[in-house]
Parts: sequence; structure tokens; C-alpha cells
Amino acid sequence: MGPNGCGKSTLLKTLARVIKPSTGTVELDGRPIHALPTREVARRLALLPQGPVAPEGLRVRELVAQGRFPHRTLLRQWSPADTAAVAVAMDRTNLAELAEAPVEGLSGGQRQRAWIAMALAQETPILLLDEPTTFLDLKVQVDILTLLSRIAHEEGRTVVVVLHEINMAAAFADRIVMMAGGRILAEGAPREVVTPETLDRVFGLAADVLPAPRGRYPVCIPARQFDPLQRLPTAAE
Amino acid sequence: MTAHAATHAGPGGRRAAALAGAPLLLGLLVLVFLWHIAVGAKPIPLGTVLAALTAPEPGNFDHVVIRDLRLPRAVYAVAVGASLSVAGALIQGVTRNPLAEPGLLGLMAGASVAVVLWVALQGPGGSAALPLVAALGALGGAALVWGLAGAAPGGVQPLSLILAGAAVTAFLGAIVTLAHLLDEQSFQSLRVWLNGTLSGRSWEVFLWGLPWFAGGLALAFVLARQVTALAMGEEVAAGLGVDVARLKALALAAVVALTAASVALAGPLGFVGLVIPHAARLFVGADYRLIVPVSAVIGAIYLLGVDILARVALAPLEIATGLVTALAGGPVFVWLVRARL
Repeated sequence: MGPNGCGKSTLLKTLARVIKPSTGTVELDGRPIHALPTREVARRLALLPQGPVAPEGLRVRELVAQGRFPHRTLLRQWSPADTAAVAVAMDRTNLAELAEAPVEGLSGGQRQRAWIAMALAQETPILLLDEPTTFLDLKVQVDILTLLSRIAHEEGRTVVVVLHEINMAAAFADRIVMMAGGRILAEGAPREVVTPETLDRVFGLAADVLPAPRGRYPVCIPARQFDPLQRLPTAAE
Repeated sequence: MTAHAATHAGPGGRRAAALAGAPLLLGLLVLVFLWHIAVGAKPIPLGTVLAALTAPEPGNFDHVVIRDLRLPRAVYAVAVGASLSVAGALIQGVTRNPLAEPGLLGLMAGASVAVVLWVALQGPGGSAALPLVAALGALGGAALVWGLAGAAPGGVQPLSLILAGAAVTAFLGAIVTLAHLLDEQSFQSLRVWLNGTLSGRSWEVFLWGLPWFAGGLALAFVLARQVTALAMGEEVAAGLGVDVARLKALALAAVVALTAASVALAGPLGFVGLVIPHAARLFVGADYRLIVPVSAVIGAIYLLGVDILARVALAPLEIATGLVTALAGGPVFVWLVRARL
């Protein structure tokens, strides 16, 4: 995570081989990722970019089936393994009943779940997601991040998510990387990096950090820079 | 393998439905193909048409007319209709632009002007290089349109592409007119061709274009699956393992080949590539593995039908086929602009 324009999406896309770094290399399983064939990368690493748009008329099942793309070739057409992977991904994301619905008719949360299902169907050990909760209601954000957290822990996949909501990252992440100005400034467990000092250093944000009442994660409470209520008593005096 | 695809990939049975509908569509194609041959200055009964195609008699005048004049024209309609429709489907998918079409985006004007200039230099005889000349012209037209649209404020957008396409088409049309004024003799033969027509074209020109038609269609069928992925956005496609730059280059090559062979044979037939892929989507949805083949068949049926209309509407006069495709395609274009932009 990091402030807007800090380079977090750029870093994620570079990790996913979509952008080529001007210097340095990204390694996947010890091999430089930009020298690997696209399809081979896509079998080990799935990317869900920010705000993807499905073509008109595409149905949920068809979208999820696209996740099988890297596993198929001209000679190896659709197989029972593909069908199974699509079914598992739709089941995991609770989309079985919406399978035949057109993607453009879904609510924001359902649509995001459909895209996540597509990435899941890719059956990669690594999942990269760019701001999957932007523009969603708080409850829907919680649902999506709960789903991603379960995928990471129950299926043993590495899930990397770009977020800009500090409290969401603090509540759901096992490890947070904070960036500003194109550099990584802090890295560690939420309790180690979500502190008043790092929030000030990374975001320039004045905030208090408390332990969550019902959990073992920190909560960030922004300090009010201007408080009209504080001035009222003075006026009454 | 196809059976597997039908049972497992069937999203809502859509693929299965498409496979079930295939015989219907192909049956319709055969029917319209035979009807196209039967229609003309002298109507010929379908029975005679079938006899001429299956067991021709050398002395039979009707059989000679069918095999030497009418059959080639029907074959041209199938090749050009399928090619332009598939080219339109590919270019719409790759650019994610519902208004994309070889005619609207300057490829046809580029191919036409190249052919006209080539004929001016070579004389009306032509040669096997004709489709290559048309291809280079189509590529040049596309480069002009994309360059112009990219220089416009807002960059390459569906509307800036259409405007650039209109400007480039008008500009290249002026060059053709100018060349016409300078050399009226050799352009007499091209006048009708420039409006888009399937009549009076020699079998030789078709044979020159055949490798381009076949290669372009084969490439389009191979690329279709990747185009579906690309239609979801370049980053999504890259994440799924599509080599986006290579796919775009190959798709452009297919579109240029199909457009060039079509223009070399039948002149600029506008709007076919715009209308047919949208019609195909109504039946099969968003998957290009279905859109491409269904567009090919519907496009062939459509152009056969249009050409029948061109010949019977004002009989014994014949309307240029390109005028009929424009008359039918124009309203669809307006509807698309209103519905999709």
C-alpha cells in the first residue's frame, strides 16, 4: 500500500511481467520473468488489473472459463480438468447461481467476485490483484478481502493485493509493504508497520493507532486537523 | 475434441446451441448460393442449376452460362462476404471498438487507391501482384488513420478513429478522382469497380486473391481464442498469457490480407464488416471462437443476398453491389453510434 501515485500498481504490473523494468530483473522461481514465455508465466501467476471491463454479452461462466486460457493450446482443447477448475472457482466465490448471468448486469461486488473467480480458475500458486475493493461498499470490501484471505490460508496460495485503505490492509493482511515515491519504506506484519510514525512517514498522515477491540490487528484513527466542535464551548464562554 | 468442447465448455449450452444451429446456417448458405445462381437476366430453374453444377452438359447454353458466368460470381460473393465480415470481427475485437471496420478505418480506401495507381502504371491487364499492391495500400491507409487519430486530442478513441477514417477516405478518394481526370481511358474499366461490384470480374483475379483469402481466414480462426481474451483488456489478456503485441500484429496481418483480396476482387464494399459481426454476436455472444466462424457464414449469406437484390431490384438494370451494402449498412452504423457511444 501507499499514497496515490507512489508506484504500487507499477510495481505489481512489473511483478506480473506486464511492464518491463528499465533496470533490474524480476525473478519467478529463480528465473528472470521477462525472459519466460507469457503463457508459462500465466500458469504460475495470475494478475487481476484494476477496474477490468468485460465485453458486452459475456456471461459469468464464460468469463471464469477464460482463466483456463494459459492451460490450453491449439492441440489441447477443453478438458474435464478445465471444467472442474471453473466449477471450483465459481463455487469458491459463490457464483454458481449466477453462472449464466451476463457480467455487465452484476452488482459491483458480484462482478469483482467473477473476476477473482477467473483468476482462481487459472490455478496459479501466486495471485496478484490491483485494488480489487475500490468503489465497493464497506461490507462488500470486507467480503472480498475475507475471501482472498481464506484463499491464501486454506489453499496455500500467495496473494498479493494492492490496497489504499489502511484499515482494510491492517485487518486482513499477514504482511504489509508500504511504498512512497516509488520506494519501499516499510515492510512487516500489520502491528509492526501500522504505527503513527510510519503512517506519517509514508502518507504524511497524523493518526492514532489502537489495537482493534475484537481482533489482534491495529486500527488507524486519523487525527482531526480542524474541529469546529472544539471551538463551540469557547464561543459560549 | 469438438465433442468435448460441446459438453464441457458449453456456457449455458451456448456452444452446444451454436453447434446445433450450424447445419441450419450452412443449409441456408447453400440455398441462397443456389438462388443467387438461378436469378439473373434470364431466370434459370433450380433443377437446371443443380444439374449444371453436378453433371454439366457441354452443349447446354444454360449450363455454360451458369458455370462460366453465374457460378464465379456466387463464389466471389461467398469469399468476399466471409472475408470482410471476419476482418470486421477481428478488428472490432482487437481494438475493442464496436465501430471498427476495414471500410470505416481507411483500409479499403488505401487498398483502392493503391490498385487504381497500380492500374494507371501497368495498364488494365493486372497481375498476380494485385492483392499485394492492395495489401500495401490497406496497410498505408490504416497507418494514416491511426497516426491521425493518435495526433488528435484524446488520442486513439473510437470516434477519433472514425473521423480520421472519414478524412483519410475522402483524401484518398480525391486522389482517385484526380488520377481519373488525368487518364480517362484506363479508368473506364475501374469506374464500376470503384463502387464495389461482383460483376464482370475475371476468375483469374479471384485465383490471385485465393491464397490471401485462405491465409487470412485460417489466421483469423487460429487467433479467435486469443481475441476473446484481448477483448477483456490488454492487461487482463497479458495476465492470462496472451502475447498482446504479437496478437495485434497477426490480427492486423489477417485483416489486411482479407481486405486486400476483397478489394482487389470486388472493390470497396462498405459496412459489410461492420454489420455482420454485430449480427453474429446477437446469436453467439462474446466468444470470438464462435463469432469468427459464424460471421464468415452469415457474411457469405448476406453478400449473396445483397447481390441478388442488386440484380433484381431494378431489373433489367443492375445496381452496384457496393451501393446496396451502403444503403443497408448506413442505418445500422447510425444505430450503433447511438446505442454504443
